[in-house]
Amino acid sequence: MKIMKTLMASAAMLLATQATAEVKVGMITTLSGGGAGLGIDVRDGFMLAVEMAGRDDLEVVIEDDQRKPDIAVQLADKMIQSEGVDILTGIIWSNLAMAVVPSATAQGKFYLSPNAGPSALAGRGCHENYFNVAWQNDNLHEAAGAYANSAEYANSFILAPNYPAGQDALTGYKRMYEGELAGELYTQLGQTDYAAEIAQIRASGADSVYFFLPGGMGIAFLKQYAASGVDLPVVGPAFSFDQGILQAVGDAALGVVNTSQWNKDIDNAANAAFVEAFETEYGRLPSLYASQGYDTANLILSAMDVADVDDQDAFRAALEAADFASVRGNFEFGSNHHPIQDIYVREVIKEGDIYTNRIIGTGLEDRGDAYAADCSLN
Amino acid sequence: MSLALFAEQLLNGVQFGVMLFLMSAGLTLVFGVMGLINLAHGSLYMVGGFLCAAVAAYTGSFVLGLMAALTGAAAAGVLVEMLVIRRLYHRDHLDQVLATFALILIFSEGTRWIFGSFPLFLDVPEILSGPVSLPLGIQYPAYRLMIIVAGLAVALGLYLLITRTRLGIRIRAGESDREMIAALGVDIAWLYTVVFALGAALAGFAGALVGAIQSVQIGMGEPVLILAFVVIVIGGIGSVKGALIGALLVGLTDTMGRFLLPQFFATFMENASATTIGSALASMLIYILMAGVLIFKPQGLFGGTS
Repeated sequence: MKIMKTLMASAAMLLATQATAEVKVGMITTLSGGGAGLGIDVRDGFMLAVEMAGRDDLEVVIEDDQRKPDIAVQLADKMIQSEGVDILTGIIWSNLAMAVVPSATAQGKFYLSPNAGPSALAGRGCHENYFNVAWQNDNLHEAAGAYANSAEYANSFILAPNYPAGQDALTGYKRMYEGELAGELYTQLGQTDYAAEIAQIRASGADSVYFFLPGGMGIAFLKQYAASGVDLPVVGPAFSFDQGILQAVGDAALGVVNTSQWNKDIDNAANAAFVEAFETEYGRLPSLYASQGYDTANLILSAMDVADVDDQDAFRAALEAADFASVRGNFEFGSNHHPIQDIYVREVIKEGDIYTNRIIGTGLEDRGDAYAADCSLN
Repeated sequence: MSLALFAEQLLNGVQFGVMLFLMSAGLTLVFGVMGLINLAHGSLYMVGGFLCAAVAAYTGSFVLGLMAALTGAAAAGVLVEMLVIRRLYHRDHLDQVLATFALILIFSEGTRWIFGSFPLFLDVPEILSGPVSLPLGIQYPAYRLMIIVAGLAVALGLYLLITRTRLGIRIRAGESDREMIAALGVDIAWLYTVVFALGAALAGFAGALVGAIQSVQIGMGEPVLILAFVVIVIGGIGSVKGALIGALLVGLTDTMGRFLLPQFFATFMENASATTIGSALASMLIYILMAGVLIFKPQGLFGGTS
């Protein structure tokens, strides 16, 4: 009996020491259904960084949220309560993030967003354990507005789907854009036919078009726009021009200007290594989502080097320092744990048979976000 | 607002309606003849889109892609009917919903397994790629005109098939009395397979046609499927004529609503809120239309009274 007790105690101690030596990350992302391309890119970028670091003290549990908020919440509960993860990450969509993040951070877990950056979590709803490694939702749209000024567009027609991120998008564009609006339209989320909107663009007398239509919506819009014979310049955020989507749009996207915080031709050693390793490992070019997953993993690894995840204050300070080589080049966190970074202007080009982007300028330098002042963190 | 813009929007409404018709014709036939609720109809639409994109990319010919979509979707329909659907005719509608919903998941993940998670490229054929000039100075995409023509041709073909051929007689007989037609010696299992394959081919055809101007991606069928259900409820379940009228009604209501409502609200309120309210109301409009039709015609516009 006594022997049993001693054995049990030592086993428990062994387990305990193992647990402190190891950081467990729970990744909830979209791996099936229409939006799976984004989640797969984030996952692949993240796992690539883990693999390249060659460390065995980081364990990653990956689950598919099917793009459904209720499933994401269940998975988060399971990961926190039965898997005992230290850090959560992975969510692509803002509505899922809003369902998961506040409760996860309230339960004392870290959440590192590799994509979604809803304004509600950047301002008054910010949290000391919530970090966004991608952007605040408005950022790329603000850069597009700034670009429109520099391109001397004075009469833009703008459109986005009628949901929170769509409204944030047009708000972000208008925050920077100084010209007139020839028209402003909200389309239905998931809409695939834009003939009615394009007819209005044609009739509006606009000198440029700004649109935020992520995923399949953007593919449909660009193809239909190209076929309509309207030839006003188009500007959009990178979400309609990422590596996964461009091949499906084809020639219709060539020359279109879009804004992004990352591109594969950003000239630094970390980015060159990332692009090369990603191509070798997965046989395709990385997208901005993959770069965000990669940076998220490297941020975690950099914090693990200097602090123990169980010492939350030290680990948080290590995350805040953001002492890792971001593929974006300069990267630091603002007071509300959202990035301060350059947002670039890119142009769609064709390299051989592959459609891709190249940087043609900088839209906004060292851009934080408009909500940081409302955040109580300092 | 100019007359030309209004006429162009009418054309857009008709084109959207015709596309919905291709989708709902198969759905309503399958429901009318076999009494089956087929949620997987949207998956056959997706199969059409993917097959067309793959074959067009491989051969460089859109027409070959279209043929592949037609035959491939029909073949998938036959396979699904023989393996799964056949066991469901005598079951409850809820069982059918459950099984065909499972088929959606199987088709989606199977497609991802074969084609990957990223959308495929499919473009309109070169000769139809630009706009054409119509009266009133309208510039209208040639491909969309082709969709209108193709859809109306399919409607005419279906009408002739159902009213003028032996198969059509059997389909109509199957709709009105299943037991009697079996008793008269018609091979009902074969008839069901043919009808299901026909519906699947129409869905695949629609998926291929529409994939060229929208996006060929996993899950592309489900949003259209919801609209197709609205169409067949409005038109009357089982009626191909109802599906055509219903589809045109839904297409025109949706397009004109999206176009006119924000402008209407803008006449007496500030532009940003007019846009928000107008588009919110426009997205409800077809459901309001459906509710309105059902109040006066509970069986739909051309529904039977069975």
